[in-house]
Amino acid sequence: MIRPTLQFLSPDTVDRVIEEAIELLQDPGVRVHSPQALSLLSDRGAQVDLEAKVAHMPAGLVQRAVETAPKSFYLYDFEGQPAVHYGGDDVQFDPGSTAIEFLDYGATTSRAPTTADFVRYVQLADSLPALDAVSTSLVCADVPQEMADLYRLFLVLLYARKPVVTGAFAVETWRVMKDLLVVMAGSEQALAEKPTAVFDVCPSPPLLWSEITCENLMDCARYRVPAELVSMPLTGATGPATLLGAIVQHAAESLSGIAIHQLVNPGAPIVWGGSPAAFDMRTGTPPMGAIETMMIDCAYAQIGKSLGLPTHAYLGMSDAKIVDAQCGFESGISATLGALAGINMISGPGMLDFESCFSLEKLVVDAEIVGMAKRLVAGIAERETPLALDVIRQVGHAGHFMATRHTRQWFRQELFIPSAVVDRDFRRNWEEKGSKDTAQRAHGRAEALIAAYQSKGLSAEVVAELEAITLRRAQAAGMDRLPPR
Amino acid sequence: MNYVGEQFAQGEMFLPDLVLAGEAMKAAVAVLEPEMARRGAERKMLGKVVLGTVAGDIHEIGKTLVGTMLASSGFQVYDLGVDVPIGTFVEKVRQVNADIVGLSALLTTTMARQRDVIEALDEAGLRPKVKVMVGGAPVTGSWADEIGADGYSEDAIGAVAVAKRLMGI
Repeated sequence: MIRPTLQFLSPDTVDRVIEEAIELLQDPGVRVHSPQALSLLSDRGAQVDLEAKVAHMPAGLVQRAVETAPKSFYLYDFEGQPAVHYGGDDVQFDPGSTAIEFLDYGATTSRAPTTADFVRYVQLADSLPALDAVSTSLVCADVPQEMADLYRLFLVLLYARKPVVTGAFAVETWRVMKDLLVVMAGSEQALAEKPTAVFDVCPSPPLLWSEITCENLMDCARYRVPAELVSMPLTGATGPATLLGAIVQHAAESLSGIAIHQLVNPGAPIVWGGSPAAFDMRTGTPPMGAIETMMIDCAYAQIGKSLGLPTHAYLGMSDAKIVDAQCGFESGISATLGALAGINMISGPGMLDFESCFSLEKLVVDAEIVGMAKRLVAGIAERETPLALDVIRQVGHAGHFMATRHTRQWFRQELFIPSAVVDRDFRRNWEEKGSKDTAQRAHGRAEALIAAYQSKGLSAEVVAELEAITLRRAQAAGMDRLPPR
Repeated sequence: MNYVGEQFAQGEMFLPDLVLAGEAMKAAVAVLEPEMARRGAERKMLGKVVLGTVAGDIHEIGKTLVGTMLASSGFQVYDLGVDVPIGTFVEKVRQVNADIVGLSALLTTTMARQRDVIEALDEAGLRPKVKVMVGGAPVTGSWADEIGADGYSEDAIGAVAVAKRLMGI
């Protein structure tokens, strides 16, 4: 069986991208705003300009880092089972991350998300079978910003069984988030052995590691909690206008991250990810639904694979403002291309409006897209030898295939069977069921899944410990008690 | 510059055209201003704008686009760059006797610094003299109202209209 795959770059072009990226890390080098990282880089042979906070990394240092970075690893669910495999061509999906807006069903105006929205979101994301992990998808506006990052993780830990894709907004809060994960795992060692979370760390284009992201990156390495690099050049704005130019810059930023990370702790897990975009030259926006955005993502994943690294991308999103036709076609094309590119973790379902607004209805629609995309890359299997000679002869000219053993044996494995969100009804039945459009059907499924959500049965002690850690940060930020759930 | 602006508004020209026209205009003004001064003429400016991305935030492009648009529309722009400390905004506003200060923030975590700058301007007694504009991806009109800013725009083109309104033009 051939696994359908998508490649944009010839082997020669892949080599040239990596060569130019390594050359860029020497000249002009990378800006690193963490004194600790600069001193580490200096100790290991980088030429460091402390005044300008620039590190010029020798090729050998970068190449060694790529060699020590693991080629694959697992994320575990909160019941201790391996749930997500980063490595090879495995394709998995999680919801988009860090929306600062939330779109209610039927609304055209978005609003700031709250704790209640987050709880409903995580119950839904945990319940949708197509999604392999959850994310800290909403930034709750009913808690102080100083703790908004860790509060999202706190809510995930209370409700989700699936592993989580997350990230910190500050240096100190990363450590608090690690503490929350340790409560669930039992110890730092247990967390390192069976990681349940991956942390996004985002360099700032062009070629800059801010202090927060650099410290987060180094903390991930120290505690062996997986890090996911999210380099995001915008073509013609914060990166070159050519798609290949953006891919070179993405490679340089990602390689610099791997170098810093592996210097801190060789062998710690790290992912070649990103969220670049084809900058819109009319509006100045970073469209996630642009075809060129998707092409850059697939191509940088090809670079990461050529280095033997696990991959990630922000795909499956739309820039539409509501769950409409644009929302569907952008998300559908994007998730499909990402799956064909064999990207290990694709983050995006549920996300609208340039990665800023979350919709539960979109999440439900996207779960169907994910189901189809996964089916697509599973390919066309040779189930039997001969391929069909026997069954066609058996049925002959007269009958139909419905009653054959062959049909019963194979149809469930051959077909992705969608939920009722995907309309395949006869028109009259569709009309009798209320002539519902996609968003209406998705709303129905979202409400049904949330209503059916079963508590994960955490012990009272674990809940109390998680609450105590979170409440301490709330109180330090001036909030006496956590919002009701 | 006006022509490029019109073409941009019609969707015939694009941001790189606009930015390049702004750069050309800046270069031309640098040559023309001394000559005008020599002849005793003065370039009529719409107002003075102090601009920067707030402390803790290193995001540049939105702020720079706003600066380009304002400068090419006839404002005198003092661009303080990124990660600008609160005190630097206050100092510059006082020093140049600014009409408007523009505060950019891309992150939800740094948005709160916009409020801090407004409070610092208030404490320095400058608030009655200077109008405050805020912008950045997470910034909304209701946030601008909440922190007591005078103007907010979603994009760089809109920022010019807001600045003109604040100047009573």
